[in-house]
Amino acid sequence: MSILIDAETTFIVQGITGREAVNLTRECLDYGAGARIVGGVTPGRLGRDVHGVPVFDTVAQAVAHHGAPIYGSVVTVPPAFTKDAVFEAIENGVKLVVIVTERIPRRDVAEMVELASMHDARIIGPNCLGIIVPEVIKMGGIGGPAKDAAKAYTPGPIGVISRSGGMTTEMSSTLTAAGLGQSTAVSIGGDAIIGSTYAELMPLFEADEQTQGIVIYTEPGGRMEAQLAEWVTANNSRLPIVAFMAGRFMDEMPGMSFGHAGTIVEGKEDTATEKIARLADAGITVAEDIAEIPSILKSKMGAPV
Amino acid sequence: LALKGAPLGFRAAVRFFEYEAKEIVRRAGIPTSKGGFAKTREDARRLAEEVAGPVVIKSQVLTGGRMKAGGVKFADSADEAEAHAADILALEINGHAPRGVLIDERVEVDQEYYAGVVWDGTRKRPVLLFSDMGGIDIEEVAEQHPDHVGRRHVSNLLPLSDFTAKECIAAVGVTGRELTRLTPILRRLVDLFVKYDMTLAEINPLAKLKDGTFVAVDAHMDMENEARPRQQQLLKDLGVGDEETRQAREPTPFELAGEEVDAQDHRGVAGNVTEFDGDLGLVIGAGGGSLTLFDAVRAHGGKPANYCEIGGNPSVAKACGLAKLVLRKEGVDKIAVMMSIVSNTRVDIVARGVIKACVELGYDPADKIAIFRIPGAWEEEGSKILDHYRVPYADRSVSLNEAARRAVEAAG
Repeated sequence: MSILIDAETTFIVQGITGREAVNLTRECLDYGAGARIVGGVTPGRLGRDVHGVPVFDTVAQAVAHHGAPIYGSVVTVPPAFTKDAVFEAIENGVKLVVIVTERIPRRDVAEMVELASMHDARIIGPNCLGIIVPEVIKMGGIGGPAKDAAKAYTPGPIGVISRSGGMTTEMSSTLTAAGLGQSTAVSIGGDAIIGSTYAELMPLFEADEQTQGIVIYTEPGGRMEAQLAEWVTANNSRLPIVAFMAGRFMDEMPGMSFGHAGTIVEGKEDTATEKIARLADAGITVAEDIAEIPSILKSKMGAPV
Repeated sequence: LALKGAPLGFRAAVRFFEYEAKEIVRRAGIPTSKGGFAKTREDARRLAEEVAGPVVIKSQVLTGGRMKAGGVKFADSADEAEAHAADILALEINGHAPRGVLIDERVEVDQEYYAGVVWDGTRKRPVLLFSDMGGIDIEEVAEQHPDHVGRRHVSNLLPLSDFTAKECIAAVGVTGRELTRLTPILRRLVDLFVKYDMTLAEINPLAKLKDGTFVAVDAHMDMENEARPRQQQLLKDLGVGDEETRQAREPTPFELAGEEVDAQDHRGVAGNVTEFDGDLGLVIGAGGGSLTLFDAVRAHGGKPANYCEIGGNPSVAKACGLAKLVLRKEGVDKIAVMMSIVSNTRVDIVARGVIKACVELGYDPADKIAIFRIPGAWEEEGSKILDHYRVPYADRSVSLNEAARRAVEAAG
């Protein structure tokens, strides 16, 4: 199985007539069994189509046209309009919103996340590339054109969660080359506030029978790794986890301000070195080199290396 | 790690000077101590005369340690205030020349409080902080006197109700008229935090005067960089120019040139250039790939001349401009062109850009490009172009770490 999406998942693309969204739509339609993109939304463009996907002015029109609830939406609209687009999706019954847009002020993100929680919906991103279930479906630009995605991603037992979109593919490709396929790979976005953190996705992987191990990509900033370490310890997770931490050089840079009053709210924000120690304390191995991840994972999973 | 200063572009916030922060507080309807901002000793004197009493003269710099450096002085007369202002205006603090001085009335304080709002990234909500031990760092209070810090999260969607502020104040045992007078102040602080996209809004100290009224004596405000476009009015009112980055340090000429390269068209990113003093030029991407590669180059003993990020499929012109900028940098002999697997950015476009840069500068690409490791979209086309110029192409079978090792080796 997979987490978040499967072959049956229906979704729309908001901002579908934008250049990148047109490409993304093509890629998703071409990948695996072909994504069920049941509509696109660009205000004022009702009646057009993008690669055969009908375009609507509003999400409500897309839902009415589909004749049933639509599960997901990929949001690609510019930052000034993203909040409205996400509110529109959630108010119209969408349960999974993947926000591709970058540079959204965190106040807007926080509002979207709170609205989503009130409607039992989930947000992935912003500033992310989406979700891929190898050879089945991808929702978002993750992995790129279908033929490129096919080179990097193969089905298998590893769940991948990454704060960097590109590194999701880099790490999955490394796993694939070593014979370790992926159950689901999720690009969660690198912003200060995001819809779904590592710890918030772990229960889904934990409950997924296909998933036997986890790889995460992490960076300096925030307390998301500490939250993951706490979750893993508190829930006695069955899943071995290997992490890769990029941006270690930032520890040595002068003027990097981690903290101030924020430190007393969430606890002291970790430097890269502190994050590594915290992850290690929770039994999460931090790899020095991405190329080492497959062998570390295999030995942690008890498989022959 | 030798760096020209603090890095640019990472977790950036727009920082405000204290005099601006106090203006923001005032606009939100929170009373502040009397005084104002002066750029000259004459203006400082005029302001001191207006206050007509003891004043404090504070250097307006975006750096800490003002008090220790002699950037804060007290005066009882306008003459004295003018003399101190002249000294402080000429005093650099941590390499920062002051923008001016703040002349503030010295209020008769009965008690100092603290009020602040910050983001809680884990709970994804703003949190209101209050303490009856103001005037010192809130971190210190939280550590040594945790029962003197009240915290209440506020909803992002529901309007703030006064009770949240009251609970936060009451949590540290403050009651009576203090509680009722503090409530609207905290409420307005939350409102301004949200309205102006702050990442930090702090009044410290928030002083209770002898007559029982409250004034904000000092304030600290940071605004989210991403919110600049929609906070144009506030920035305009405060006189913050578009050219002012308000980051931890000013960009170097090399970095400014990098911003120009990135701004030449709207296709993708070839920027976030940060200057270092090494000799290996880096043309790297994407975001996570750049961080990973920079670490790897250093781990293999390489000395990067710069940091940068390519992503989102930039034009040939931008890739070329970035490569030229790095190639021209003093001390740079070779460039390493490396990215994590690309899915949106096209390998052939980056290849065209970096080769064009070499050729236009009169170099042989095969000599100047220490390594080209970008697997992914349009890699066959990219590899053909490189082949034509005898630049070896490293595909995904070469790990990021191995690519960095080869780059360092080739750079000698």
